[in-house]
Amino acid sequence: MAAELHVELVAADRQVWSGEATLVVARTTSGDIGVMPGHQPLLGVLESGPVTIRTSDGGTVVAAVHGGFVSFADNKLSLLAEIAELSDEIDVQRTERELERAKAEDDAEAQRRADVRLRAATAAR
Amino acid sequence: MGAQLRVYKRRIRSVSATKKITKAMEMIAASRVVKAQRKVAASTPYATELTRAVTAVGTGSNTRHPLTTEAENPARAAVLLLTSDRGLAGAFNSNAIKAAEQLTERLEREGRQVDTYIVGRRGVAHYNFRERKVAESFTGFTDEPSYADAKKVAAPLIEAIEKETADGGVDELHIVYTEFVSMMTQTALDARLLPLRLEEVAEEAVPKGEILPLYDFEPSAEDVLDALLPRYVESRIYNALLQSAASKHAATRRAMKSATDNAGELINTLSRLANAARQAEITQEISEIVGGASALADATAGSDR
Repeated sequence: MAAELHVELVAADRQVWSGEATLVVARTTSGDIGVMPGHQPLLGVLESGPVTIRTSDGGTVVAAVHGGFVSFADNKLSLLAEIAELSDEIDVQRTERELERAKAEDDAEAQRRADVRLRAATAAR
Repeated sequence: MGAQLRVYKRRIRSVSATKKITKAMEMIAASRVVKAQRKVAASTPYATELTRAVTAVGTGSNTRHPLTTEAENPARAAVLLLTSDRGLAGAFNSNAIKAAEQLTERLEREGRQVDTYIVGRRGVAHYNFRERKVAESFTGFTDEPSYADAKKVAAPLIEAIEKETADGGVDELHIVYTEFVSMMTQTALDARLLPLRLEEVAEEAVPKGEILPLYDFEPSAEDVLDALLPRYVESRIYNALLQSAASKHAATRRAMKSATDNAGELINTLSRLANAARQAEITQEISEIVGGASALADATAGSDR
């Protein structure tokens, strides 16, 4: 049996995803890190961006994470984010419209959010 | 129908209309309590993980941070009071306000100047009526608070605590909210959010006997703590907002239930009075008829003679 780690992806108001995985790739403020089972205990600050989780049954889960933290200990990985969405929850067309609107209104925050969502949605394809 | 009976009938009608309304409000509140409780439960994983992380950084490194170190002479404190936008919730709001006033008094006795921040129209109205100063107030979301609302409330507080005391910043942050203990019990209580008492937080997050692993901090312990603490405050405020909302709905349910019960009782009493009035009316009518008949009989008997 391949080594596994338990992943919990938690947003402020709900639990988004939880399950077993073999590899999790996330972007911290000091660069991308990949966490595999048996990694040293880690606590890091996440950048807004897509997080890739390779599940133990061979699938891939991609989630858009808007700021937050990653913590890993005892083969348990927690991804904490204020807002987190799985890629298949993201409506690409609506997000594209949002991006257009954010660009038109010069709203940097909304533009960044839409951008992260789109990146996560395309990374999952 | 006699005048008295008509008055009773009219009052019974108006009380039953009120009873219908309070009954509906009771049911709405009951369904909202369940919803609010579910939201409290849904926000728990995030809060627990965050608390664990704060404990890990706080105990696993020797970092000193303004949000975890106590000021030597705390001169100013911020008090955040959570009330509701709407009343009809029994003593819910007055209990919370009373708790805030006790806390304010205690802090002032200890020589601290208190800035009051208020959530909910009821609290704002109470303070405005007494012309007390309110540093900032937030209204319009107490029934169903979202995380964005919690962020909005937390932002000026975090800003105030990060500022130097001399420039109008505060040294301490207290929160007064209503804890949802059960459907029947809600207690107004105050808690100090900042500076953090790490021992207390640790007790909450880590079961006895468990040792926290030695974490690797990315990029560094200071940066992680810097990013972590505001989120921690936000999540605590979010949790308090949700609990207050659940408590408010539970209090409304209870108040409306006793209003419905009272209305039912009132209807009973009024129907009895109405029945008595009707009976009195009938009795009077009968005695009038009998009296009239015997007077007539007397009269005819007299003319016969």
